[in-house]
Amino acid sequence: MPAIEYAGTSVEVNDEGFLLQSDSWTREIAEAIAAEVGIGPLTEKHWQVIEFCRQDAAEQGQPPGLRRISKLSGINMKELYQLFPKGPGKLAARVSGLPKPQGCI
Amino acid sequence: MKHLIVIGAGTAGTTVANQMRGRLPRDWSLTVIDPEPEHLFQPDLIFVPFGMQTPERALRPRGRTFRGVRWMQRGVESVDTDKKRIALDNGDQLKYDLLVIASGAEIRPDETAGLMGDEWQRAIFDFYTLEGATKLRDALAAFEGGRVVVNIVEMPIKCPVAPLEITFLADSYFTGRGLRDQVELIYVTPLDGAFTKPIASRALGSMLTDRGIRVEAEFNAGEVDSEHKVLKSWDEREVPFDLLITIPTHMGARFVEASGLGDELAFVPTDNATLRAQGHDDIFVLGDATNLPTSKAGSVAHFQSEVLVENLQRSIAGRSLVEDFDGHANCFIESGFGKAMLIDFNYDQEPLPGVYPYPVVGPFQLLKESRRNHWGKLAFRWVYWNMLLPGRPIPVPNHMSMAGKRLLPDADNPLAA
Repeated sequence: MPAIEYAGTSVEVNDEGFLLQSDSWTREIAEAIAAEVGIGPLTEKHWQVIEFCRQDAAEQGQPPGLRRISKLSGINMKELYQLFPKGPGKLAARVSGLPKPQGCI
Repeated sequence: MKHLIVIGAGTAGTTVANQMRGRLPRDWSLTVIDPEPEHLFQPDLIFVPFGMQTPERALRPRGRTFRGVRWMQRGVESVDTDKKRIALDNGDQLKYDLLVIASGAEIRPDETAGLMGDEWQRAIFDFYTLEGATKLRDALAAFEGGRVVVNIVEMPIKCPVAPLEITFLADSYFTGRGLRDQVELIYVTPLDGAFTKPIASRALGSMLTDRGIRVEAEFNAGEVDSEHKVLKSWDEREVPFDLLITIPTHMGARFVEASGLGDELAFVPTDNATLRAQGHDDIFVLGDATNLPTSKAGSVAHFQSEVLVENLQRSIAGRSLVEDFDGHANCFIESGFGKAMLIDFNYDQEPLPGVYPYPVVGPFQLLKESRRNHWGKLAFRWVYWNMLLPGRPIPVPNHMSMAGKRLLPDADNPLAA
């Protein structure tokens, strides 16, 4: 697995750039990933989504789905697409240092 | 007299009820509640649309699926967890001392704008109900060519491989009718591909394109325009269709919602190792009704049932629970043309190649197509009705085993660590 340097910290990521250890995530790393994927700098609304995703994943053992984010984070579906264009579920997970939403295969 | 009540008599509820009978102390009664008169063998739902199974043969009278268990043919309106009472649809109240929620998941096409508009069951069909699968069969028989779109509205869904199976079987079906050249097949998914796990993607990634099936990924369906027969995403992408095979939003039972027992999709938050409902010492949850991060599949309900039967007995005896469920799932995947694949995985281990259930001899192939896998899938019908549902032991390991699997580099799941 490749290691990447984000904001002066070396972290392990998979082939698609998702952190392998969600514990190694920091707010500075989130900003660096956001800049890399072209959605930075992160706004207050981005942080509202990211903080919800981090906390929910810690409690549930899996990253939240889009419906869950839109219902519980206070940011609705249209806004989620503006904040994290194309695939908000996947992009929000990546910036939050969580695994991508997956099927079983 | 104390009461163990099981809500729901699908795969999960039936097999646990049948196993609990004979394991309860003398002063405990056992009742299963389910309003439907018949038991549906859900794996047949992918075969019905293609005439590979008749709707009638996918059903059996519910009464015949129980071995000496009392079945109450009623719907549940709500559960009062403080008073430990269940309100039934005829106004009666039932008291419980221990409750098992096995009420499954159901499709909710009403959750997507326009899905149940003018084209519902004319050009738009589900196959997760026997009625939907039967009407899809008639529509496919009358279909002479055009764009067929298979769409997963959102995750999680029951049997996450079923949309792939219906797509492969459609390819096989239209080829058999000599129509394949006139049919454009499109697989539209909210995930970032038809296969999302690294090893499966590497092994099977080209399976759809090789068959001329187009994949439209990261598509979160927001609405259906019935008039123009167009499926639209939240970010305003459009996929036109002549025939839409939809896998609608899935939710838990309505009584779960009404009782405040569920999450945003009415799935019950459940401890992933003991299967006890979070925050309720006297409620356990089984099968598709849970919010657990494993597949909603019959095999999962089966593997869970062993842990649940143990924990129900421990709970009755006032002993500590076993934390023994590992998220094990095992699924055949029909791939058309008389072949199938097989996957075996758990919370931490993604599907790997190899053989199953015995090292070297198999006889089934993991993550790979074979005719033997297809015959295995068909033979499972007999196993289901005669061994799994009655709660008889099935000679495969309850925990996922690495025997026979070929280990490849680690899965990409930081939460698993």
